[in-house]
Amino acid sequence: MVEIRNLTVAYGAVTALHKISLTVNAGEIVTLIGGNGAGKSTTLRAISGLIRPRSGKIMYQGTDVTGVPAHELVARGLSHCPEGRLVFANLTVDENLRLGAYLQRDRKRIAEELDFVLTLFPRLSERTTQLAGTLSGGEQQMLAIARALMSQPRCLLLDEPSLGIAPLLVKSIFDQIVALNRTRGLTILLVEQNANLALEISHRGYVLETGRIILSDHAAALRSNPDVQEAYLGA
Amino acid sequence: MIEFLQQLINGISLGAIYALIALGYTMVYGVLRFINFAHSDVFMLGAFVGYYAVKKLGVPVGGLAGGLLVLCLAMSICAIVGILIERLAYRPLRSRPTLSVLITAIGVSLLLQNLGQSVFGANPKAFPRLFPETNLHLGQLSITSNQLLVIAVSLVLLAGLHFIVHRTKTGTAMRALSFNATASSLVGINNDRIISFTFGLGSALAGAGGILYAMNYPSIDPLMGTMPGLKAFVAAVLGGVGSLPGAALGGLLIGLIETFVAGTGWSTYRDAVAFAILILILLLRPAGLLGKSRSDKV
Repeated sequence: MVEIRNLTVAYGAVTALHKISLTVNAGEIVTLIGGNGAGKSTTLRAISGLIRPRSGKIMYQGTDVTGVPAHELVARGLSHCPEGRLVFANLTVDENLRLGAYLQRDRKRIAEELDFVLTLFPRLSERTTQLAGTLSGGEQQMLAIARALMSQPRCLLLDEPSLGIAPLLVKSIFDQIVALNRTRGLTILLVEQNANLALEISHRGYVLETGRIILSDHAAALRSNPDVQEAYLGA
Repeated sequence: MIEFLQQLINGISLGAIYALIALGYTMVYGVLRFINFAHSDVFMLGAFVGYYAVKKLGVPVGGLAGGLLVLCLAMSICAIVGILIERLAYRPLRSRPTLSVLITAIGVSLLLQNLGQSVFGANPKAFPRLFPETNLHLGQLSITSNQLLVIAVSLVLLAGLHFIVHRTKTGTAMRALSFNATASSLVGINNDRIISFTFGLGSALAGAGGILYAMNYPSIDPLMGTMPGLKAFVAAVLGGVGSLPGAALGGLLIGLIETFVAGTGWSTYRDAVAFAILILILLLRPAGLLGKSRSDKV
């Protein structure tokens, strides 16, 4: 579904990604693990069209989407739930969710999708008229994911869903991610500091280190790899 | 007391015009984070569109319909000009520092003023009567029908703006964009299109302001935008740049203060007062009356 070939991304003089290549097949959950500044978020930002790569190619559903702006990719079923959540704090929860379906004109489908995400995250349904900025961090994360789902994506790029959230809530969010993958066949590319948790629900994973992919394997194999265990799983 | 009420009405009617202009400053600031200094010249253009609509196109005025037609014409043309200014002058600088855009805005302002002088001529022109004019007398109080029209038209436009910003999808997208441009593009909003729309909307309000201003001060020239533009800018800062209710409130306050200062025998200082307010608000409450300094939850 997503294929990256020899992607190089730079911020000014600093090269963030050095010729990385990776593939996410339809129906998979794939995790990018790596330390701070390894280039995980940059990879997602390049795929979703937020930043233009210096060189290399990004293929989405078999077509070259390198340099296609973010808002056009949303129309093609690619949704990016960004780092730091970026919920519209000045808008209500309901307005945030409806903006997620900005490109959907069919009111009935918007209503259905709204129902769907609110059953996924029932806590949000109690807060629809509240300003998003007044939600707790965990609720904002749920809102960010729910908003990303409102566009009915085929592929979801999910950046650090567990960041700054109580462990119990993290568990419930990850359960929903798995459910989305199983029931809807949603393809997910996940970036996560908590590599243990991420690999547990993933099919495959890539390990990024200072802008290079140093390892890629099935999730189970990565979890039992001694180097990965030492560096990222805290074993 | 009569004197007070009289000045109150004068002040509200002037303040309503400042409010219309201030809204354009604050909307553009909301989506692009810079002050569009060419905004005051779009205001001037509005007045000239009205002038030429009557003098050259021969729109029949003196009745309500003709006057409203001129108003709509000025708003439409100003909207188009506003969109073009953004497209041609500001969009190419989108990834550049705000300072570059700010300086460009000053350049566009000078361009419009000088273009105005060469196309329209530098001499002041007498603005035609758009609407039937009568003086209403309530006891000793005297209100011109133009003052009432200014207030009524402003209220309708403010209500319309409120509706667009809070009840339509495009308005929600404007608010989303003003909060965070990355997030708005990630939900599928074409930011460029919303920015164009915002310029069109703000410029239409400035165009309406130009017509209303010229109705009450019927001598127009290509530099007429400078002073009302600066005062509306002060109004936007006073209310809190980026806040729409703030701009409306700030406009009203500046109009009232200016009128009362002029009415109490300090009329030489009427312009100075607005700028004294600017200095005070920047020193005491830089976020403005209704603006808020934002904090993010981690």
